[in-house]
Amino acid sequence: MEVLKIATAGSVDDGKSTLIGRLLYDTKSLTTDKLEAIEKRSKKNGYDYLDFSLATDGLVAEREQGITIDVAHIYFSTKKKSYIIADTPGHVEYTRNMVTGASTSQAAIILIDARKGVIEQTNRHFFINNLLRVKEVIVAINKMDLVEFSEERYNEIKADFEQLMAKRDYEDQKITFIPVSALKGDNVVNRSKNMTWYKGETLLDHLEDLDLAAVSNVGTPRFPVQYVIRPKTDEHHDFRGFAGKIYGGELSVGDEVVALPSQTRSKIKEIYFHDKKYKTASRRSSVTITLEDEINLSRGDMLVKAGDLPTIDKQFTATISWMDSENLSPGKKYVLQHGVHKVLAKVANINHKIHPDYSGVDEKADSLGMNDIAEVTFKLNKPIFYDQFKKHRTNGSFILIDTQSNNTVGAGFIN
Amino acid sequence: MKDTSHINALENEAVYIFREVAAQFERPVLLFSGGKDSITLVRLAQKAFWPAKIPFPLMHIDTGHNFPETIEFRDRLVEELGLELIVRNVQDSIDQGKVKEESGRYSSRNSLQTTTLLDSIEEFKFDACIGGARRDEEKARAKERIFSVRDDFGQWDERNQRPELFDMLNGQIELGQNVRVFPISNWTELDVWSYIKEENIEIPSIYFAHKRKVFLRDGLIWSHSDYVYQEEDEEVLERMVRFRTVGDMSCTAAVFSEASDIESVVAEIRDSTISERGARIDDKRSEAAMEKRKQQGYF
Repeated sequence: MEVLKIATAGSVDDGKSTLIGRLLYDTKSLTTDKLEAIEKRSKKNGYDYLDFSLATDGLVAEREQGITIDVAHIYFSTKKKSYIIADTPGHVEYTRNMVTGASTSQAAIILIDARKGVIEQTNRHFFINNLLRVKEVIVAINKMDLVEFSEERYNEIKADFEQLMAKRDYEDQKITFIPVSALKGDNVVNRSKNMTWYKGETLLDHLEDLDLAAVSNVGTPRFPVQYVIRPKTDEHHDFRGFAGKIYGGELSVGDEVVALPSQTRSKIKEIYFHDKKYKTASRRSSVTITLEDEINLSRGDMLVKAGDLPTIDKQFTATISWMDSENLSPGKKYVLQHGVHKVLAKVANINHKIHPDYSGVDEKADSLGMNDIAEVTFKLNKPIFYDQFKKHRTNGSFILIDTQSNNTVGAGFIN
Repeated sequence: MKDTSHINALENEAVYIFREVAAQFERPVLLFSGGKDSITLVRLAQKAFWPAKIPFPLMHIDTGHNFPETIEFRDRLVEELGLELIVRNVQDSIDQGKVKEESGRYSSRNSLQTTTLLDSIEEFKFDACIGGARRDEEKARAKERIFSVRDDFGQWDERNQRPELFDMLNGQIELGQNVRVFPISNWTELDVWSYIKEENIEIPSIYFAHKRKVFLRDGLIWSHSDYVYQEEDEEVLERMVRFRTVGDMSCTAAVFSEASDIESVVAEIRDSTISERGARIDDKRSEAAMEKRKQQGYF
């Protein structure tokens, strides 16, 4: 079964949770006991309709305030695909959650309130999906029932959004507009009878028809060594397997590979998943690889195809999203985790802060606060083996860990 | 020989998580309940480290009120795979006066497990506890991370969780803290059942339809047993039932079912309109029941 991960972004009251609730309801993914709980709560709150947002807003504080404050994961499946929706909040103070949700998703739904149209928040949501290289973006223009299902209003909003699209630097990104009413159910799962002028697909039909291979960003193969398997049993006395996940492309038995950082060459001897041997391992598979020659490789090292080396460097510039309440400032040291490889990193310089609204305004900054996005130059104590984020989503990204609190305090995308 | 592209995305993800645990922690443990989710975890761990053995022990927090079928199954599995099993008993925590047995109609030892679990984590200095919780089970669990940090008191601070980006898992902790790890976070109940079917994984017999003495209360089917409080006017019936989730006898309700093999169980789950935790009596206590228990260190 194919699995599609989708991030959602929208401002407060754009009806994001209602849209997800509607998707679950109309695909009959809500179970009897959950429906009963929703009916009970809706009644208690005095609503005269079913409040689907109650299906997703999980934590007590959220139910009290009626807003979503953390990333929640929602699951549903059809005969064709399994879906995982990362429900992320849209406030400016939750930029970090949006970045987090988008990082694991292949598709994004940006919600726009048809009454309000494209607002500053929309710029931010689109900017983040652009920055994170989310390939498939669906712009759901919601609450069409409150603008009398007007085609003219839909076209106005679409034209405004297209002006944003002109500013992006990610040409491969595909954008689809769908007019919906999550509350009434128009064009979510069922085709709207109120908007016969709209000839495109419903939201669910569009998701069902997405080609997973096409929405993935595929770079060249990178194999970071996660763990070395040495059973030391009689049966597997000399077995020395390098366990890890393949990012980008594929690796095959017989491929000439280079081990980093030593730059030693060897050939792939065997590829295992559990006890079965395979000729070729494709991207995102967690395999165990053995080599023809005995070379020294440990966690954090990397196997790549000969002739296709990444950049090996101790200094680089990256766009970072700051996620901690304690500020980032030049001179500070952090643990930089690049895949499974950890090094120490020093902030050499904050080049400029970026306004995540396509305004094109960059401003000088001495420090970064929570939810800031900025271009930062780092110096490392040891080299890492990276690609530009634009070319390789996994091998071009990293997280920053505070050396004292051990918290994940930022995410970076290498330029 | 062919390529690996047919291998289930969720299986690949779980194998990756297991390897991160083995690499990032010194003393991991797999919390084993004898239920289908923890049995699935054992299979995934085997795959992650083959041909080496699973490099950490299993631990069962035994309430003493388990279904006997589960305990027999547990012991057989551990022996067949040559795994190390640690058992710690809720009864000992009761005898030591650390927890008090509940009484009355809805009494259960389920929530008492937390104390025994936290004590064992301290006893063995475990720094990572792997569990079979899934995000689709319950709405508080939907916000759980894959690596979820617990403080010295085993508590979950749900408002202040580490962001998890791409595949990168941050397992850095201070001495005394530990991380709860959930390799099958992104699996649904149907995913687990389909996997059990595809992989031909053996599970305890109580998951399949069988004749059992039960009684009805609050629209749920309770097991008739010495461990379960029962009113005199609650009539004992003999019915074909099976369990969708297996916890303590006192907190796990059965469903009427004729599904006696894995194919019919998968078919039944596919058509089911009651969510899995709907048959968990402990969640019915209040809408925020799970979140409260999680904050206190429950799995």
